Amino acid sequence: MAESDTPAEPTRRDFLLHAAGAFGVVGVAAAAWPFVDQMNPDASTRAMASVEVDISGVQPGQAITVMWRGKPVVIRNRTEKEIEEGKAVKLDELKDPLARNANADASADATDANRAATGKENILVMTKVCTHLGCIPLDESGEFGGWFCPCHGSVYDTAGRIRKGPAPENLPIPPYAFLTDTKIRIG
Amino acid sequence: MSGHSTYVPRTAIGKWFEARLPIVRLLHDTAVSYPTPRNLNALWTFGGILAMMLVVQIVTGIVLAMHYAAESHVAFRSVESIMRDVNWGWLIRYLHANGASMFFIAVYIHIFRGLYYGSYKAPREILWILGVIIYLLMMAAAFMGYVLPWGQMSFWGATVITNFFTALPIVGQPIQTLLIGGFSVDNATLNRFFSLHYLLPFLIAGVVVLHVWALHVVGQNNPLGIDVKSEKDTVPFTPFATSKDVMWIVLFMIFYGWFVFYQPNFLGHPDNYIEANPLATPAHIVPEWYFLPFYAILRAIDFNIGPIDSKLGGVLAMFGAIAVLAFLPWLDTSKVRSGRFRPIFKVAFWVFGVNALFLGYLGSVKTDDIIGGMQAVSWAKLSTLYYFAYFLVILPVLGYIEKPKPLPVSINDAILAKSAASSAH
Repeated sequence: MAESDTPAEPTRRDFLLHAAGAFGVVGVAAAAWPFVDQMNPDASTRAMASVEVDISGVQPGQAITVMWRGKPVVIRNRTEKEIEEGKAVKLDELKDPLARNANADASADATDANRAATGKENILVMTKVCTHLGCIPLDESGEFGGWFCPCHGSVYDTAGRIRKGPAPENLPIPPYAFLTDTKIRIG
Repeated sequence: MSGHSTYVPRTAIGKWFEARLPIVRLLHDTAVSYPTPRNLNALWTFGGILAMMLVVQIVTGIVLAMHYAAESHVAFRSVESIMRDVNWGWLIRYLHANGASMFFIAVYIHIFRGLYYGSYKAPREILWILGVIIYLLMMAAAFMGYVLPWGQMSFWGATVITNFFTALPIVGQPIQTLLIGGFSVDNATLNRFFSLHYLLPFLIAGVVVLHVWALHVVGQNNPLGIDVKSEKDTVPFTPFATSKDVMWIVLFMIFYGWFVFYQPNFLGHPDNYIEANPLATPAHIVPEWYFLPFYAILRAIDFNIGPIDSKLGGVLAMFGAIAVLAFLPWLDTSKVRSGRFRPIFKVAFWVFGVNALFLGYLGSVKTDDIIGGMQAVSWAKLSTLYYFAYFLVILPVLGYIEKPKPLPVSINDAILAKSAASSAH
């Protein structure tokens, strides 16, 4: 075929081909999205459920565990000894220096005071899900007198801060508020 | 599929079919006239054993799905009813559960056969990579299948494995939520795992077809690792390879049957007979035995590596331990395939094999258990180091420094020399 026989680029056919291709790609992506997104939690699961808990019966040295969003939340009434141990730790000894407290500033230090409930240093509320791979740490276990995860050996101290083992972060503290002196709402 | 087809349709219906869909020719060329090296040993029967196990798993699985209910409130009970009420349910479930273990025993022998005899080297790279893909699909299928009985190990296994994804920065959490369909492992997770567990075996079957196709294009490797040079080096697949395969399949079935009928729960974990409880993690959580070496590698990384924290590091090491297999054809720089002719490789290989078993043992104990005066996790670090060093240092370097023994001229020559030597005695 001689050069002069070829029409100048781009031709009408090129345009149609590319336009159809582009529409095809967008169409396939749009059609695929429902098949991906159906796997995400639906509105009934996502609805921000909150639970109210009466903690009047929790004596010092005791803890209760409640379910919130399908995960266990521990509410512990810490003993004097536990609080002292928590306070005695220097920040530079901590693997994760951040408080991980949803009720405090994101950059707050992981001091004992920033981990415990405001104005109630004996009350510790936190999601009892190991920050390594999601197991449930055991209460009152491990060499730091706090929590010990049986799955891969992470050890948390009396303020729920990671001290040893593969977990990268302190146990997270969920948003909660005291409704009365003995009643809290999580979420 | 390779070479000239020798199939000649004899019957009228055979000829009629041949002109329309030459499927009989395909089967004849694949499983009857296909030339196999005449020196194959028993390790070469594990491909056939694996094919049989895939069929056993699919058949028993389809039957189990007729009685199983993938709903978190009834799943555990439906499995118990399979065990107690369904006619022959105990047999079918034990066949399926132990079948998974047998499948992995066979695949590990098959993989180590390939590692020793250099079956991954040119021109079998694609064949090998397809095998790695099958192995990955098998692991996914086995993991999801283990979740279905909804026992404690099912639940916490699912929790731990899906949490691997949260190790990824930024996208990790949304990916995990997408995978499990909620904020924790629950009914949504169980349902999708059941759906995928039913799908994956058929994907495996598809990749197996490609694997066999690739095998028949390049031909089988053999214990000498040298190429087939003439027809004298081969025998037809049927009856030679078929009869050998059948014999070893029978022997393997006896082994399998012993577990099913005498030790059906030996390879399982008693905690999985406790119904899933999201509030209590079992005191000592372990995966199924066939994942233990990788579990040990995951736990070995309990330290941060620069910007990579210990969690991401562990997950990367674990997946890396499998991914490295795909690059093996290019990591091993030696031109000699079979370990028989590689004196240093042979030592490194057997150390690798023992090390892999040791990693499996380390995966089964607690990280702070003391073994020979050292914590299990410290042993796991050394073992993990050797695992990666074998692929990333030893194999690349050996090709340059090792002096292989002389190779025989042909398979036929080697066999004749061997029989001459034995008749001389």
